[in-house]
Amino acid sequence: MATRIHPILGAFAILVFFFLLAPLVIIVGSALSDTTFLTFPPQGLTLRWFANIFQMEAFRRTAITSLQVALLGTGLSLLIGIPAAYALNRYRVELPRWLSTLFVLPILVPEIVFGFALLKSITIGLGLPVFISLVVGHALLILPYSVRVVGASLASFDFSIEEAARSLGCPPLKTFMTVVLPNIRAGVIAAFILAFITSINDVSVSVFLTGPGISTLPIQILAHMEQFFDPTIASVSVLLMLVTVGVMAIVEATLGLTFLTK
Amino acid sequence: MPATIAVVLLLVIPVLLTIATTFGEAGGPFSTYAAFFKSGFRMAVLYRTLQIALITTAIALVVGFITAYVIAQMPGRLKSIMIIAAVFPLLTGVVVRSFAWLIILGKNGIINNVLMSVGLIGEPLSMLYTQGSVIVAMVYLFVPLMILTLVGVLEGIPRDLIEAAASLGARPVPTFLQVILPLAAPGLIVGAVLVFTGSFTSYATPQLLGGEKQMMMGTFLYQRAMVTFDWVGASTIAAIMVVITIGVVLIMSRMARRLNPMAV
Repeated sequence: MATRIHPILGAFAILVFFFLLAPLVIIVGSALSDTTFLTFPPQGLTLRWFANIFQMEAFRRTAITSLQVALLGTGLSLLIGIPAAYALNRYRVELPRWLSTLFVLPILVPEIVFGFALLKSITIGLGLPVFISLVVGHALLILPYSVRVVGASLASFDFSIEEAARSLGCPPLKTFMTVVLPNIRAGVIAAFILAFITSINDVSVSVFLTGPGISTLPIQILAHMEQFFDPTIASVSVLLMLVTVGVMAIVEATLGLTFLTK
Repeated sequence: MPATIAVVLLLVIPVLLTIATTFGEAGGPFSTYAAFFKSGFRMAVLYRTLQIALITTAIALVVGFITAYVIAQMPGRLKSIMIIAAVFPLLTGVVVRSFAWLIILGKNGIINNVLMSVGLIGEPLSMLYTQGSVIVAMVYLFVPLMILTLVGVLEGIPRDLIEAAASLGARPVPTFLQVILPLAAPGLIVGAVLVFTGSFTSYATPQLLGGEKQMMMGTFLYQRAMVTFDWVGASTIAAIMVVITIGVVLIMSRMARRLNPMAV
C-alpha cells in the first residue's frame, strides 16, 4: 500500500511522535538536573543522581532480584514453552483445539488478578518462598510469548527435514537439538527478548509477590516515588531506558526491527 | 506437556479458587456481588474504569490509525526509523512511562511552569489525580501498541486494490472509507481489544497518576487485598474483571472474524 499523504496527516504523525518521545527526553533531562527536586529543563548539569543510585542499597538489591527473576523466569518459560509450541505445530491435527487456547490464558486473565491469585494459592497457600513465587509468576506471565513466537517460526518449519534425520537413525532429542532448534533460532531469540522485557518491567504480578525482604526494581521505584520526588528516580529510569536500547540493538542485529510489526 | 500442567496448576486453578471463594459467603452464593453492585462507591470505581478504558481505546484508535497509515506510506528507511521510534516507548517500562507524566503534569511540572512564566495562570493548576491525567498517561502507554498492530495490517493491504479503486474513479475519501477501512477493520478490532483490556486492568498508571481519587478496578483490587485485607472483596473485584475482560475478548474476536472481507 503506498499513496501520497495529505500534509495534514503528515503533520499529525509528527505531533504524535513528539508526544511519544518528548516525555522520554524530559526524563533524561531531569535526571541530569543539579537540583534536589525534579525539574525540566535541567538547572545545571550533574551526574550525581546516577552516582546516588549506586549508593542506595535498595536499588542495587532489587535490580539484582529483577535480573535473576527475569533470567530464570524467561529460561523456565522457554523450557516449557518450546516443547509446547513444538507439540502444537507438529501434532496440530491430533491435539484438541482448547489446548492452544490454554496457552493464551495468561494474556486473557488480567495480570493483577493473576498476581493476587498466585499470592493466595502459592505464596500463602503452599507457603513457597517469595522468590520462587516471583519466578513462577513471571514464567507463566511470559509463557504466551514463548509459545506464540516460537510457534510462529515453527509454523514455517518443514517437518520433513526432521523426519529425514529420524529415518536416518538420529535419536529424537538429538534431532530436536541439532535439526529443529537451529531452524527456529530467530523465534527463540525473539521470544527470549519479549519475555525478558516483559518480566523486567512487570508491576501488576510482582506487586503481590514482593515482600518487605524481597522486591523487584519497578516495585522499588514505585515505593521510592511515594516518599521522594527527586532526580534519583529519573536517573534509574534512564538506566532502564538504556537496557531497552541495548535490547533493541540486539533485536536489530539478530532479527531486524521490522519483525515487531509482523 | 509440562506447559499444560503449569498453566492449569499455577494459573487456572489459583484463579478459579480465587473466584470460588466469592460464592462461599454466609449471605448466600451471590451476596458479595449483590453488595458490590449495590454500593455506590464500588460501582463508581467500575464505571470510572470502563469510562477511562473506553476513552483511551477511542483516542488510541484514531491517533494510532492515522499514524500507522502515514508510516505505512513511508519509504523503507524512514519507515524503519518511525517504527523504532514507536517500539522504543513500548519496550520501556510502564513505571518509567507513567513517571514521565508526573514530571509533566505535577504542581511544579513543566506545563505549570510554562503557563506561569507566560503569565496565563497565577498559581499552579492541579492536573494530577484527575481523570484527565490518567487518560493522557494511558493513551501515551497504548498508542505505540496500536500503531504497531495497525502498521502490519495496513502494509498487508494490496496496493492493487487502492490503485484499482483510483483507476475506477474513486476519490481519496471514498477509497479510504470503502476500501481501506473495511480491510483494516479486523486489525482495528485486535488493537481495540488489546488497548481496552490493557487499560481496563492497568495498575501502575492509575496508582501513580490517579491515586486514591481516581481509583480504578486494578488499584481497587490491590487496595482491598493488601491494605484493608478484605480478601473476599478483592476476589469479587477479581472475578468481575475476569468476566468483563474475557467477555470483551470473545465478543470482539467473533466480530473480527465476521468483519474480515478477505475471508470468504
